[in-house]
Amino acid sequence: MIFGSVERLEAQMRKPSIWFKLHIDAYLLMLLLVLMAVGLMVIYSAGGQSMDLGTRQIIRLSVAVFVMLALAQINPENYRRWAYPIYVIGTLMLVAVLLVGVVGKGAQRWIDLGFMRFQPSEIMKLIVPIAAAHFLASDALPARVGKVILAFVLILIPTLLIARQPDLGTSLLIAASGVFVIFLAGVSWKLIAAGAVALAGFIPVLWFYLMRDYQRQRVLTLFDPERDPLGSGYHIIQSTIAIGSGGISGKGWLQGTQSQLEFLPERHTDFIFAVFSEEFGLTGVILLLLLYLLIVFRGLYIAANAQTTFGSLLAGSITLTFFVYVFVNIGMVSGILPVVGVPLPLVSYGGTSMVTLLAGFGILMGIHTHRRMII
Amino acid sequence: MAARKRITIRDRQAEAALFYRRAVVALLAVFAMLALLVSNLYKLQVTRHEDFNTRSNDNRIRVLPVAPNRGLIYDRNGILLADNRPVYSLELVPEEIDDLTATVTSLAEMLAISEERQQKFLEQSRVSRRFKKIPLLENLTEQEVALISVSQHQYPGIYVEARLKRYYPFGDALTHAVGYVAKINKRDLENLDKAGKLANYKATRDIGKQGLERYYEDVLHGTVGYQEVEVNNRGRITRTVAFEPPVPGSDLRLSLDIQLQLKAQELLTGMRGAVVALDPRDGSVLALVSAPSYDPNPFVQGISGKAYRALLNSDDRPLINRTTQGQYPPASTVKPLLALLALNEGVVTPETRVWDPGWFRIEGVKRKYRDWKKWGHGWVDLYSAIEQSCNIYFFDAATKLGIDKIDEFASQFGFGEYTGIDIREESAGVQPSRSWKRARHGQPWYLGDTVNIGIGQGYWTATPLQLAHAIGIMARHGDNFTPRMVQSIQTDSGNIQLPPDQRPPVQLKKDTYWDEAIEGMRRVNHSEHGTARKAFADTSYVSAGKSGTAQVFSLKQDEEYDAEKLNKRKHDNAMFVAFAPLNNPQIVVAVAIENQGGGSSNAAPIARAVIDHYVETTGFESILPIGIPTP
Repeated sequence: MIFGSVERLEAQMRKPSIWFKLHIDAYLLMLLLVLMAVGLMVIYSAGGQSMDLGTRQIIRLSVAVFVMLALAQINPENYRRWAYPIYVIGTLMLVAVLLVGVVGKGAQRWIDLGFMRFQPSEIMKLIVPIAAAHFLASDALPARVGKVILAFVLILIPTLLIARQPDLGTSLLIAASGVFVIFLAGVSWKLIAAGAVALAGFIPVLWFYLMRDYQRQRVLTLFDPERDPLGSGYHIIQSTIAIGSGGISGKGWLQGTQSQLEFLPERHTDFIFAVFSEEFGLTGVILLLLLYLLIVFRGLYIAANAQTTFGSLLAGSITLTFFVYVFVNIGMVSGILPVVGVPLPLVSYGGTSMVTLLAGFGILMGIHTHRRMII
Repeated sequence: MAARKRITIRDRQAEAALFYRRAVVALLAVFAMLALLVSNLYKLQVTRHEDFNTRSNDNRIRVLPVAPNRGLIYDRNGILLADNRPVYSLELVPEEIDDLTATVTSLAEMLAISEERQQKFLEQSRVSRRFKKIPLLENLTEQEVALISVSQHQYPGIYVEARLKRYYPFGDALTHAVGYVAKINKRDLENLDKAGKLANYKATRDIGKQGLERYYEDVLHGTVGYQEVEVNNRGRITRTVAFEPPVPGSDLRLSLDIQLQLKAQELLTGMRGAVVALDPRDGSVLALVSAPSYDPNPFVQGISGKAYRALLNSDDRPLINRTTQGQYPPASTVKPLLALLALNEGVVTPETRVWDPGWFRIEGVKRKYRDWKKWGHGWVDLYSAIEQSCNIYFFDAATKLGIDKIDEFASQFGFGEYTGIDIREESAGVQPSRSWKRARHGQPWYLGDTVNIGIGQGYWTATPLQLAHAIGIMARHGDNFTPRMVQSIQTDSGNIQLPPDQRPPVQLKKDTYWDEAIEGMRRVNHSEHGTARKAFADTSYVSAGKSGTAQVFSLKQDEEYDAEKLNKRKHDNAMFVAFAPLNNPQIVVAVAIENQGGGSSNAAPIARAVIDHYVETTGFESILPIGIPTP
């Protein structure tokens, strides 16, 4: 059994550890902390060896960890109970963003609340899988076709609203988080095949009607970065140079010339993986991927052992979405995916997405540790 | 309760199993995607590592050329004639300045930079390479440097750059000898490119334009060095990776004596003319003065158009190097040479006497060729013909010799040819011959032309350097040499003595002919009828000389020369050649002065003063140094 046995868990439950009482999954926490430490090291290097960025990142991480631990205290039953109301509120906020949102970096993503800026699409990353999981888990699985289609609509509304902002990365992640719920809910392979065909049919629509010029440019650049080496191709050329020049063992911490000499753009945020690869080489990369794999593994373990189907679907979706971050980010930095704004989870410098990610893990811990004794 | 009930109704076990299967599928997908990432990363970091490593280095490593220091130039006594001095310039990097125009305006106000200069800078900043320093103001004074330093923090992207620039401490005294360097221009670049030397000049700003600076450019320049630096994405240097120092240019040690040079220049004050002093033993140049001269230092710093035009359009033609480019009719100064030829050809003997009535006439031709002495010298022999510069004697000798023999003989003394001095600005003069006249004027040679050649006029022109060279050969009884400015090249690995350039000597049938012609020249300076006896009265040494007075303006038949009436520019040129001491000649001097009248009264005193100065400061060697074979 890959994901362990329920019996062992039940045995653990009868004599809960201190961690269990605190609703903390120590294993997950440890992996996340190691990842954050790695992230801080790379940020220090990418930020021109100044403690500036590192300090700010530590503050943010502390906030995010606090959020995670706070959410871990919440019984997942509550999410289920409030799933629809918060979905509606979240969707309305997305509409509000499009109407009155603040424009930044060519996209309309924020609502200015006066004292802070607020990005509703981030919360939707959690609300969508909660709503989808609740919707599908409310009936016996595998879900019927009609229900699956409705679930799709549920996912598609926020996805399209976010795509309009435009924020391709987030809308993709949200769509993925919903689709994972549907997949994990055991939708039949036939339907999956049909969905895949539909998606293929949707690509031209996406290309010609939904994508903006700069987004198309990014996709084209993927296939031939050299066609515009100083424009849209610059990021990807410099990052592949950074990664490739790292070799097997890397140039050493703080020794990456591509990043230290600032050839690499956005090196402490979305392109931090290039810095890491340059300085730690393929060896470091494999260890990092192993770390991510362990987190995914732990997430799926929690999902598989959740007491409720809702819990399983939600935990599974959160975990797989986390991996999508990793895959999309590394894929884009290493030049096999187009450049979309997806950070390397818990390593990239940056605020909101990190809080969402750790909040997700908080939910995961909550699912794992809030158990009812089953006779 | 209801919820619990539904769960119990639904097959939780089956749902869990379904989820479990899907989770395993998902995990397999995760593995597949990780494999995809890793295989791609393997391709980048292992398979194509070399390629990316090279590109990474290309990104960060930039090779910057470092200019070598130019070799210095010293006179024979080690006095510095061409120095490198640090100059400061205000330079701006436009990319580092937010509002370039505002910064320039503000700096212009502070340092009083002209509008023209500002515009030029702004133009240059638009076309220049990114992150390159562009000079706004050059040759900053100490005060300006201080002023900039104080307020530098207010202006990011401005720099005070120190650079070595050529400086000629003796100003206009050596312009025509040492020459000067100036900014490399487009034509220089083309020439360097053609010669394959462009790489060596990557960091060099100035190049030799004239004189020795030009001739010895390759020696003086040195070899460019390289600094391998690491740069960031904005082109700013972050550190030096490797440094290959430039090899400085070699120093030049001249044979020229700056004291003698200054003396000669002083003697020419207010005149247009030239003085050349050589050591005929090896051809080394002791003084090379062309007057008027000009200060070369403005050329180094970039002379203004106005100042340059003033030099270019000056009636005194200061830009011309009269020593090597001034083509003067040698006039009577070549009479000793013709005497030599006449002796050698048996046309005359020292005892041959010619009657001088004051004029000469070719048989059957009406035209009279006049002597400078209206009533004639009476009976003259070879010695007195030279001593008193009798035209009639040499008209007669020339017509007897014929142009072909004169041409051939004069060519052996270097007339009509470049002397080969280490200065490129040189003219060959004209050594007329039948073929030359046909080619140049499309006319046959007439006997009348030969008559004029007999007194060094007609078509015959020579530079003062050629005259000194020819008389030097004569002084050393036919030993030939190449005039040369540079004695040795001082490199890091020691001095390279330049061996004297030996040329085939001029050989006469009898060596006594030399003594006979030279005796005539001795009498010019030291006998009671000598034309230069006044100039050379009471010398501490015995010398030989010959004056010449060249007509610039040809007189009509029977017209008389009257200096008073003629425009100053049409006055005669004064020429004089001399060497000393008679028994072992060590200095030969040629003097040419434009429009000053007679040679013996105007040029001879200058020659005397130059030789006197040489005797006073250097002195003659009475005995040849041991170890050097006598000629």
